[in-house]
Amino acid sequence: MKPTNTGGPDYYHKVVDCQWACPAHTPVPEYIRLIAGGRYSDAYMINWHSNVFPGILGRVCDRPCEPACRRGRIDKEPVAICRLKRVAADLKDDIKEQLPKAPEKKNGKRVACVGAGPASLTVARDLALQGYEVSVFDAGKAAGGMVRTQIPKFRLPDSVLDEECGYIIDLGVDLHLNHWIDSLKKMLDEPWDAVFIGTGAPRGRDADLPGRKEAAKHIHIGIDWLANVAFGHTTSIAPRVIVLGGGNTAMDCCRSARRLGGADVKVVVRSGFDEMKASPWEKEEAMHEQIPIINMHVPKEFVHDNGKLKGVMFEIVKAEYDEKGRRKLVPTGEPDVFMECDEVLVAIGQENAFPWIEKDIGIAFDKWGLPVLNAKTFQSTLPKVFFGGDAAFGPKNIITAVAHGHEAAISIDLFCKGRNLELRVPPNFSLVSQKMGIHEWIYDNQVSEEERKKVPVKALEKTLKDIKLELELGFDPFMACSEAERCLNCDVQTVFNAKTCIECDACADICPTECITFTTNGEEEDLRTRLKAPAKNLDQALVVSDALKTGRVMVKDENICLHCGMCAERCPTGAWDMQKFFLQAAQAGMEAPRT
Amino acid sequence: MTYLAKPKLLRPDTPRNALGYTKRDYEGSISTLCAGCGHDSISAAVVQACFDLDIEPHRVAKLSGIGCSSKTPDYFLGNSHGFNTTHGRMPSVLTGAALANRDLLYMGVSGDGDSASIGIGQFAHAMRRGVNMVYLVENNGVYGLTKGQFSATADKGSKSKRGVVNNDTPIDLVTLALQLGATYVARSFSGDKEQLVPLIKGAMRHRGSALIDVISPCVTFNNHAGSTKSYDYVREHNEAINRLDVILPKDKITATYAPGELRRIVQHDGSVLHLRKLHEEYDPSDRVGAMNYLQERAALGEIVTGLIYVDSSAEDLHRYLNTVEKPLNQLDDAELCPGSAALHALNESLRGH
Ligand SMILES: Cc1cc2nc3c(=O)[nH]c(=O)nc-3n(C[C@H](O)[C@H](O)[C@H](O)COP(=O)(O)OP(=O)(O)OC[C@H]3O[C@@H](n4cnc5c(N)ncnc54)[C@H](O)[C@@H]3O)c2cc1C
Ligand SMILES: Cc1ncc(C[n+]2csc(CCOP(=O)(O)OP(=O)(O)O)c2C)c(N)n1
Ligand code: SF4
Ligand code: SF4
Ligand code: SF4
Ligand SMILES: [Mg+2]
Repeated sequence: MKPTNTGGPDYYHKVVDCQWACPAHTPVPEYIRLIAGGRYSDAYMINWHSNVFPGILGRVCDRPCEPACRRGRIDKEPVAICRLKRVAADLKDDIKEQLPKAPEKKNGKRVACVGAGPASLTVARDLALQGYEVSVFDAGKAAGGMVRTQIPKFRLPDSVLDEECGYIIDLGVDLHLNHWIDSLKKMLDEPWDAVFIGTGAPRGRDADLPGRKEAAKHIHIGIDWLANVAFGHTTSIAPRVIVLGGGNTAMDCCRSARRLGGADVKVVVRSGFDEMKASPWEKEEAMHEQIPIINMHVPKEFVHDNGKLKGVMFEIVKAEYDEKGRRKLVPTGEPDVFMECDEVLVAIGQENAFPWIEKDIGIAFDKWGLPVLNAKTFQSTLPKVFFGGDAAFGPKNIITAVAHGHEAAISIDLFCKGRNLELRVPPNFSLVSQKMGIHEWIYDNQVSEEERKKVPVKALEKTLKDIKLELELGFDPFMACSEAERCLNCDVQTVFNAKTCIECDACADICPTECITFTTNGEEEDLRTRLKAPAKNLDQALVVSDALKTGRVMVKDENICLHCGMCAERCPTGAWDMQKFFLQAAQAGMEAPRT
Repeated sequence: MTYLAKPKLLRPDTPRNALGYTKRDYEGSISTLCAGCGHDSISAAVVQACFDLDIEPHRVAKLSGIGCSSKTPDYFLGNSHGFNTTHGRMPSVLTGAALANRDLLYMGVSGDGDSASIGIGQFAHAMRRGVNMVYLVENNGVYGLTKGQFSATADKGSKSKRGVVNNDTPIDLVTLALQLGATYVARSFSGDKEQLVPLIKGAMRHRGSALIDVISPCVTFNNHAGSTKSYDYVREHNEAINRLDVILPKDKITATYAPGELRRIVQHDGSVLHLRKLHEEYDPSDRVGAMNYLQERAALGEIVTGLIYVDSSAEDLHRYLNTVEKPLNQLDDAELCPGSAALHALNESLRGH
């Protein structure tokens, strides 16, 4: 293999698994260390800069970072990255003074955002800080989009939403609530320099089965029902409830139903348990609330008596895989199963809909009804119109909407300045030695052997009685510190210098996970098998050094390096150094670092 | 300075040996030696060897003298018996222990100062008596612990860190061991674990006194230009005569060798030493030939490493003394003190007639 090029922003970024996996590239280990040090406000600000909604995301993020977390590859469970974010939000002081201010003098450019969900609000924040005049329009009564209207209050209280949407509105963003945009054409007639569309994926998919129309009174579309619950229009449900579907919405529906009087609530899903779209922790929480999850059952019919719902008939299926590995659900031939119930919540998917966008104004849509976009710039086929969030590529999650928002804001900024949208601003990054003394580092390199902390929750009897009562209590400072210490500091990189290595083997001997090998070079495939511990995780890079004095090379498998710094402590010549890699993803107005 | 313990986290695919132990189970406390000291590599090699051999840690006794090298038993086999004796006295304490309890595997760990300077007399007797032990010398040519004075193995003409030239003739422990009757004699280099680990394994499965002289650079006091025990010097002058693989009765043999390339030596316990020849004419069962070869090569400035001599049918001190099979420390009062009648009979047998 050629010597690994560790320069540039990407190589070391990829080693920080959590940050790489976070769509907004939040500098996770940096904020975790600040939490361990009790610096909650600073930890909050690191988050706020990257992901805009730390308090919200610290409660309800889909947390793609956690399955990616290095700790999860060597310990039973990953670091509780998400809930540590909540700690920063809960325990911070008043951070208003630390928030950046929008410039007094505006730049004269006006941008409209349709929808006040996380995507639009991110665009609004990033552009307002650059001196843009931003107006946000939403049909709803308050900002937040689906995060406010769909996510139940027992997971995310309004106060957190109010606070974090407020920080953005307070930048001077012009927010128009109860304002449905009924025509994009009309809007484009107004003098906007650019328009951002962050209207989400507002339509819930229906189950078009026999009996659906007749029993309509007892059958609800999940996301609409949740919105009604959020607004207080719906305050009760019949005792026996069936929820159809296996995603986030289904989980929120069943848990909300339990709180509104559903005594016998079950979730019935077509697929198997593991293939369900809901996150593992959501399923756990539902089951903890005594909600059974029944898999491999396909609804066939809503059984009713003159419009009065009796129950649902299901066909039992099994999964079969064709030669390409595609799954097909085929009937097992067992007799159909009838389950009694009084009400049904249909949570089988969400769709995009843009009834207010005229077909003849130059915005092209694909066959799935999604706008045709440049995947990097989020620009539509009408140059001044940009899309992001669930409206761009279909329903995803909040953190993806935020990431889209940042990119769209960069594009809008470049667009308004008449620059090439394809020439993206690179991220800001630095690499700084952490050495303080022979065995001393700026970071705490001792690896904690503690197990992951469970977030304390309120008593179930209490929370099942009050749908607005937040279930989780969050970590207290001691639990937070202990959990923070589990983080391996993957951003503190092991930087190797072949010129000073004397090949004493000390680093290879001390490494607790046998990441380091001195050997003759070879092709990657072969090299991976010849290491002290074979490098089987192909997603993780090998660092190969320049040739050493003996002609051999140093090969390090990044996979489960603990970043404990023992190699550097053992090295007599300082050939290893521990250097902190800090990266902030590009945002609108950010300049390339001058080097 | 802090010395953090190695975290206990294990990679999920960590190999386990026949006893269910991981290599980490054979480690000791964290080393306090200088970073980069060759001795730490030797500790790692011992760990690897014991792991590979499925050795039960409580079946091992490690004994050492004084010196950085003699400190190392603290850094491996944390669950084994250990005795840090006085300077140069490891062999006699080990001999006593081995006589009292023949059931343990004895590992003597020493330095060139500990064995070739103050302890040379003790070293000689352990070799000539055939004490059943692995005698590991971590040879750096200096007294590391007392800040780098030349030891008795320092080569004539080599320079200290301050530039002082050594005028004394060096003691070669390998040559001495051959002459004194050691039955497994090897030399290796701390920077070459591929060679060292099998040599330790072979020694641990050998009956009789097994000496391994491991050149082990003192990174702090003897790793400069002018030293003949530095990483660079040893790498440049290392002449390996053979490569060893230790094959246990349980192992399947997978590698194939060209005829004549491989020599198989079966030891008393059924373990097989597979020796791949690197020097065609070299015969590791010829003690006199080995001594001549070492002299010739040393004169050329080469450092000969590998398994230099082995006598696979060797006996040990217990056989020579004709002791009972049962470890002496397990004999009970009746066995140890058979009574006045037995004493009388013994005395009678000794009276001249
Ligand atoms: C039940 C449920 C639970 C979820 N749980 C999670 C979770 O736990 N974690 C997570 O990360 N994600 C979750 N999601 C997904 C998440 O809510 C969305 O991915 C995210 O809100 C998308 O953000 P957005 O900015 O694209 O649009 P949205 O949040 O959908 O906001 C769009 C806004 O645009 C407004 N709007 C639409 N059209 C117009 C118009 N023509 N004029 C004016 N206003 C308009 C809407 O009223 C809405 O307020 C959940 C979704 C649902 C349905
Ligand atoms: C009886 C006695 N004399 C002298 C000393 C001082 N002393 C301590 S270690 C040492 C030399 C150790 O050299 P070596 O065995 O080569 O070990 P190294 O530190 O080089 O590994 C000496 C002379 C001592 N501890 N005891
Ligand atoms: S251990 Fe810490 S830095 Fe590493 S991936 Fe997990 S959270 Fe990120
Ligand atoms: S500890 Fe330092 S000098 Fe020794 S092998 Fe490792 S990198 Fe090289
Ligand atoms: S002084 Fe020399 S022998 Fe002793 S620990 Fe340091 S490097 Fe090793
Ligand atoms: Mg010495």
